[in-house]
This record gives sequence, C-alpha cells and structure tokens, in this order.
Amino acid sequence: MGFPILTALVVVPAAGSLGVAVLSNRRPEWVKLAAALLSTMVGAMSIWALTAFESADGGFQFVSKHPWIKPWGISWHLGIDGISLFLVVLTGILFPLVILGIDPHHDHKRYFAWLLLLEAGMMGSFLSLDLFLFFVFFEIVLVPMYFLIAGWGYDNRIYAATKFFLYTMVGSAFMLVGIIATAVLGRTNGVGRITFDLVELAENANFAASTGRWLFFAFAIAFAIKVPMFPLHTWLPDAHTQAPTGGSVILAGVMLKLGTYGLLRFGLYLFPEAAHWSRSLFLTLATIGIIYGAIAATMQKDLKRLVAYSSVAHLGFIVLGTFAFTTQAISGGVMQMINHGVSTGALFLLVGMIYERRHTRQIAELNGLQKVAPVFAGVFMVVMLSSIGVPGLNGFVGEYLILIGSFLTARWWTVVAATGVILAALYLLWAYQRVFHGEPDEANKTFREIRLGEFATLAPLIALIVFCGVYPKPMLDRIEPSVKALITHVSERTGYTEPEVPAAPASESLDQEAQP
Amino acid sequence: MIAADTFSGPPIDWFALTPLLILLGGGLVMLVVGALTPRWPRGLYAFATACTAGAALVMCTMLWDDVTDEGARTLVGDALVLDGFAMFASITICVAVILVSMVTADYLHREDLDGPEVYALFLMAAIGGIVMTSANDLLVLFLGLEVLSIALYVLAASHRRRIQSQESGLKYFVLGGFASAFFLYGVALVYGASGSTNIGRIVEHFATTVQTQRTDALVLAGVALLIVGLSFKVAAVPFHFWTPDVYQGAPTPVTSFMASVGKTAAFAALLRVLVYALPQWKDDWRPAIWIIAVVTLVVGSTLAVVQTDVKRMLAYSSISHAGFILVGVEAAAHTAGSADPGRGVSSSLLYLLLYSVLVIGTFAVVTLVSRAGDGQTDIGAFRGLGRAQPAVALGMTVLLLAQAGVPLTSGFVAKFGVIQAAVDERSYAIAIIAMVASVIAAFLYLRIMISMWATDPQPGDDSREAVRVPVSTGLAIIAAVGFTLAVGFAPGWVVSASQHATAIVRSALP
Repeated sequence: MGFPILTALVVVPAAGSLGVAVLSNRRPEWVKLAAALLSTMVGAMSIWALTAFESADGGFQFVSKHPWIKPWGISWHLGIDGISLFLVVLTGILFPLVILGIDPHHDHKRYFAWLLLLEAGMMGSFLSLDLFLFFVFFEIVLVPMYFLIAGWGYDNRIYAATKFFLYTMVGSAFMLVGIIATAVLGRTNGVGRITFDLVELAENANFAASTGRWLFFAFAIAFAIKVPMFPLHTWLPDAHTQAPTGGSVILAGVMLKLGTYGLLRFGLYLFPEAAHWSRSLFLTLATIGIIYGAIAATMQKDLKRLVAYSSVAHLGFIVLGTFAFTTQAISGGVMQMINHGVSTGALFLLVGMIYERRHTRQIAELNGLQKVAPVFAGVFMVVMLSSIGVPGLNGFVGEYLILIGSFLTARWWTVVAATGVILAALYLLWAYQRVFHGEPDEANKTFREIRLGEFATLAPLIALIVFCGVYPKPMLDRIEPSVKALITHVSERTGYTEPEVPAAPASESLDQEAQP
Repeated sequence: MIAADTFSGPPIDWFALTPLLILLGGGLVMLVVGALTPRWPRGLYAFATACTAGAALVMCTMLWDDVTDEGARTLVGDALVLDGFAMFASITICVAVILVSMVTADYLHREDLDGPEVYALFLMAAIGGIVMTSANDLLVLFLGLEVLSIALYVLAASHRRRIQSQESGLKYFVLGGFASAFFLYGVALVYGASGSTNIGRIVEHFATTVQTQRTDALVLAGVALLIVGLSFKVAAVPFHFWTPDVYQGAPTPVTSFMASVGKTAAFAALLRVLVYALPQWKDDWRPAIWIIAVVTLVVGSTLAVVQTDVKRMLAYSSISHAGFILVGVEAAAHTAGSADPGRGVSSSLLYLLLYSVLVIGTFAVVTLVSRAGDGQTDIGAFRGLGRAQPAVALGMTVLLLAQAGVPLTSGFVAKFGVIQAAVDERSYAIAIIAMVASVIAAFLYLRIMISMWATDPQPGDDSREAVRVPVSTGLAIIAAVGFTLAVGFAPGWVVSASQHATAIVRSALP
C-alpha cells in the first residue's frame, strides 16, 4: 500500500490547525503564511490525487481502511470516486485562495486555525465511507463555521451563526438516529453484523421497502437542510449575509455540497428503492426551489443576499439532476456542484471586495462602478455570466446536462425548471446593470480598481470557469464511470431502467454548443 | 440482647470491602485528626482526600479484575453485591471525588473557608454512593441513600457566609426528606408483596409465585413510590423542582459533586432496583420511565435555554442529561431479566462516567468565573473570558461542545451509546425526541460560548475582579478536557469496559 494520501488530506489540515493555534499572534503575517503553506500543501495533494486517479474506474480508489471503534463496528474508511474527486479538489483549491486572498482584520490566529479545522472537516466528509465517520465530520464542520460567522461576521452575526448551527443540528439529530438504525437493522437484513461501513451496507443490506423509506428520510432531512432545499432554506440567506467573506466562500463553495453530495452518496447509493420511490417529492421541491430562489433573488436589495438566494436556485438544479436518475443528469449535477462552488465562491469574493471598498452591499447605494473600475467590472461580468450559465463558461455545461438528462425522465419538472435559467439572467443582469452601469455618484467615484493581489485570488477561479466551459471532457470522463456505477446499482435494486439516449456522447455535443 | 454464643455473624470478605473501608478511614481520620490539629497547609486536606479516593479507585479496579476472574458474588450476608456494575459506578464516584476535591481546594482557600469538614463529607457521601451502587438489599440501598443525602444537605449549606447556600441546603433537606420517605414507603410495600427486602429473594419470589390481584396493587404502588423517590434524586421531571435552586445556591464545587456523584449513585440505584430487582414488572415500569424520560428531556432542555444564570442553566442542562440517561434505562427495560445484558445498562453507566467528568470540568470553570464570594454566575460574568483567559475559555468551549454532543468529544460518545441502545430495542420515538431535545439544549451552550468569545466588552468590565486560575483547579480542568477529547477520539476502551462491566452482574436468581 502506498502513501495514505486521503488520510493525509484530513490529517494535515487538522494538525495544521493545532499548529497554527499555538503560534504567537503577535506576527499575523507569519500565521497567515503558515496557514497558507499548509492549505497549499493540501491543495497540491488533492491535485496529485486528481492526476493519479484512474479515470475509467467507477469504484472507490486510494481506499484506506482501519478499525477505529471496535465494539461498535466503526472503522476509519476513506475512499474517493468520480463523484467525490472534484469536490475534494475544489476544497483543496478554494481554501488556499480564501486564506491568501481575504484578510480577517482581527484575531488572525484563531481565524486561520478555524479555517484549517474546517478544511479538515470538509475533506473528511467528502472522503468518508463509513456512516459514523461521515457523521463525525459532517457535524464537526459546524463548529469552525459557527465560530467563523460569530467571530468575524457582520452586525447580526450571532443570530445568524446560532440559527445556522441549530438548524443544521436538527437535521443531524434525525440522521444520527437513521445511521444507528441502518447499522442495527442492517444486521438482520442481509449484512449479518453491526457495521457502519457504507459499502458493506449498500451492497449487502436488503431493507424492506417501508424500513428503507423511513431510514432514507432520516438521512434526507439532514441533507435537505444542508443543501438547502425549499422550504428548509431559511437559515441560508442569514448565514451567508452575516458570514465574513471567507466564510461565505467556503459555505457556498463546498459546504452546501455536503447536502447534495450526501443525497447521492447516502441517499441514492444506500437506499436506492426509497430514493427512487420519493423522487417526485424531491423533483417538486427542487423545482420550487429553483423558481422561488430566483424570484427571491430578484427582490433582494443586498448584493450578498442576492447571491445567497441564487444559491438556493442553483442547488435546486443539482437536486433536480440527482433525482432524475439518468447518467447525464447526475453527471451534470456533480459537475454543477463544482461549477457553483467556483462561480458563487468568486461572486462572494467580489461582493466582499465591494464591501471592503464601500462598506455597503446595498445595491441602491452602488452605481456606475464600471466607469471607475473597468477591470473589476469585467471580472465581475465573467463570473456573473458563468453563474447565469452562458455557453462557453462552466455554468452552461452543468445546467445543460442536468436539463437534457432530466427531460428524459422528469419532463414537466424540467420544463418548469428551465425557466429558472431565464430568471437567473434576469436577477443577475439587473443587479449588474444597477451596480456597474450609469454615472458614478460622489461616494462611488473613488471606488478603487482591482488590485494585483485580489486579481491573483480570482485568476485561478476564472481560469477554471473558462476551462470547464470550453473543455469539460476530462472532468466528465472521471465523473461518468462512477455515476454509471451508481445508476447500475440503483437499477439492480429497483427494477428501474435508465432510458436510452440516442444522442452522441455528451461531451462532443457540448464542444459544438460551446462555440457560438 | 443476643448472647454472643447464639449469634453467628455472616462471613465477611474484608478484601471486597476495602474501597468502603478506605473511604471511611480517610473520612474519620480527616475529621478526628483535622479537629485536633491546627489548620493544615493549603491544599493538604484536598490532597489527602484525593489520595484516599485514589486508593479506593485502585482497590475498585483490583476488585473488578477479581470479579472478572471469579464472577459476581454477594457480601456480608447478601447485603451487598460485588459485580462489574457496582465497580464501574464506584470507579466513576472515586474519579469524581478526586476531581471535585482538586477544585474545592482552591475554592475553599479563596472563600477563606479551608477546613477538613467539607472533605470528610465528600468521603462520607462517596461511601453512601458506593453502598447504593452495590446494594443487594433495598434497606441497605436506603442506608446508602441517606448517608449520601445527609452529607449533601450539609455540603449544600457549607458556605457559611452566603445566605443562598443556607437556603439551598434547607430546601434540599426538606424536599429530599420527602423523597426518602417515598422511597422507604416503596420498599415497605414491595416487602409486603414479596416478603423480603433482599433483591435476590424479591426476584426469586416474583419468579416463582403466581400473583394474585391483591399483591399486584401492592407491588405496583411500591414500584411507583420507588420510582418517585429515585426520580427525585436523579432530578427527573416532574421531581426536579429543587434542582435549579439547590444547584444555584450551593457552593459551585458542591454543585458539581451533586451533579456527578449524586447522579451516578442515584442512577445506579435506579437501575439496580428496576432492572435487577424488579425485572418481572418491567412491562409496568417501562412506560413510566418512557414518559419521565421524554418529559425530562423536553422540559430540561427548554427551560435551560431561558435561564440567565449559568449555574441555573447547567442545572437544567443536568436535568436534560438525566433524561438522556433515562433513555438508556428505558432501553435496559427491554432486556431486563433476560440473559442478554443488552446495551441499555452499559450505555447508561458509560454516560454517567463521561458526564461526571464533563460536568465537574464545566463547574470548575464556573467556580473560577464566579470570583471571590461565589456570586458572579450570571452569563455576563463570562463576557470577555476569551480575551482574558483564552486557555480557560478554550477548555470551557470543549466541555460545552461535549455537553452539546458534538463529535470527537466524550459527550458524543455518551449520547451515541444511549441512542444506539434505544434504537437497538426499536425505541425510535424516544431516540428522536432525545436528539431533538439535545439540539434545543445546544442553544444554551452556544449562549455561554458567545458570551465568552463573541460579545463586545461593556464599560464596567475592566473594574471586575480578574479571573485567576489556581494550579489544582487548572489541573482538574486540564484533566477533564483531556479525558473528554481522549474519549472522543478513541472511545473503544471505555465502551468495552462498560459493556464488560454489565456482562458480569450477579445473575438474576441467587
């Protein structure tokens, strides 16, 4: 067995967090440097994992499995497949950017220590193949995020942080009971012993339909809150708006993906029958989320709140793709998780920069910024277009795949959901117009142009936006085998068969689409 | 008078009684020698107490080994029982005494109350607690209960200059007396039905005798009264009304003693009486426990959230924790009397150990923050602790997160254990209620954390007395936090130990 790369991905930031915590706070730049080096190292390791990943293999790779709590049948079981691979890489890339690009203004040491702990938790959540281990990481990420919002957020931060913590914990409460029940019932339903191992449970357990459905819903509540799906989304606008920029980027970029990833990994994979049975419910909620999020975003006066509501809409697309049960739709959903992380992360960075300069995020108080800061406006526009889903940029590929895949199995939901794409153009372009066009007034005349450091933070994200938009094939090549394996797994257990797709392979048709 | 030649005492296994004898000797020496000598140097009383409890702890582990090899047995003419259950609970009590005496040393010095009496009472209370955990006779159990309770009444009132402390002691005494009476009446009724107070003989009687209608009512009334008496001691709703007042008024280290030793002993007694003495009646007492558990969870968590005094908050939180342990008791009901020990008892015992350490650590920090006079326990007293004493605030944060049940802490292991036990027995509803209640309670721990870390300073803050961290309290906090994290990361060994302990209880029939 080679170097335990996945364990290192979790342990390095966790140890780094402790290391940073014992550094002296008198030299904040050293603390920042240490945190940046550590997170860059994690990022490099995640990219190394990406290059070493066997793209044709749909199973779990780099698996690392050791017993942890023997009396309870719990093991330290990590593994990566095409579904989690890019989420891990995204986590690896976003954290160094956040650490380098955003200054917390006070208490540097604690801020960076929490961020690194958060990174460890995120990595662990995406890598865990043990229900108990997953729960541990899923729950532990709340603590650093709570302290980041409560300690470095804006005016109403304590309310928002508490709401965030308690909301998510309610979901976890159900999931914990669900996890234990899955393990306990698994023993008498095909597994033969008490184990929390995801693969063992998913492959061997044959729950009765009613049991499986109850268990599935115990998990699904936790994930639906995390996503967040309508009507459980109300914590999100508050948390996003009050969180510091770094917190918002991580929250939108990777943390919300815990919900959508969880639905795939612990919903569809573990309870295929129940997931397929309840698909109408999820498709409906996802569609409502798309439309509702878009309309709510249009109404927002605060730029950050607007982006927050746009997340509700975007994640609705991902859930739509997930519960369409076709290879294209789920692949598109996985890809859209990354795209949303990149473009919404970048949007939050840009909004943070606007706030740094103007100390306001009210759209009404901003105008004419394009005149005084053309490059800034240009960067904002690229990111915004990616978020809208304009062809040639990454957002388009994901949304297109989701819609085309969902159309086969969930036609009318898709028809309604597709209007969300138009609404996205409406709220983002309208906001752009109000903020950037026109003549700047007194307060906005001194708006500073983007600085080199700020641009350097955004550059990797913009490069990803363009690259994934123009040439998504390498990414889809790695995602699809795992998604196919998942669909096969579902088909074997539900009698559902995926409709044949007569079209050419998705990536080729996309290349044509991408050149207008 | 019994003539010496006609009376033959039962054979006594002195070795098996060593934990009790050590604690008794330590307590008596402390009282007698302490009264005859000038005041000892600072910390020496506490050191002697901790050493005594430590010696008892060592003897308990040796006895546990002994029990593992030779099996459970009864002592002193069936009055006491020596088994894994009793030893695990006794170890919890000894650990709690050590930690509490470390905190008390600095507390008494700060309040200028140093003396041997408090420590002697700690040791006496511990004896009472251990007798309760290992009683094999309901009357012996009652004796242990009274020894523990009377020591606690005095301890609650032991801060001589604080009127709140006096009030707390009196309240506890009056209400506690009622509870003891309930318990004793329950013992009498069960005796009336079964003809014995000995647990072995009670089990034997109910296993072999066909019940008639008359004794049915007798036993049910007895069981109800036993539950009432013990529910009072464990502070379960609706018998909890004393808890916030007594916890708030009592000296803070004494509060932690009540929440750790008091709860452990009372829960051990509850398990002993219900699961081991009355397994044939489980279909009758299980619904009662179910209802008490749910009400305790919900009321404890909800009322904890609306308090403004940290000691009251933690009092309600301890009620909510009692609800969690009752979930374990409820799970134990399903397997009571069968050969399968189940997970209910072991998870309850584990919860008690982990919670005891947690709660002592938490109250140790409260002791420091309450400052001289022990009066500043409002949540505002924690304001700015993150800046003034970051290490203490960090330790407190870990302890509070553990109480909230966040993973990688012992609190999560404890909660996971009882929830697993409940789910194992298909008690899904109570498991979900418990988890949701723990979310409600989490809000209270967040409030304290916010006060420490994220609240802006206010004008009067600088004039407050600074929070000082004396050595032995600091060590106690470090030990508690270390244990919390160690168990959180590697819980395998304590889990095995608790399961091992309950596997070697004295079998139901003598």
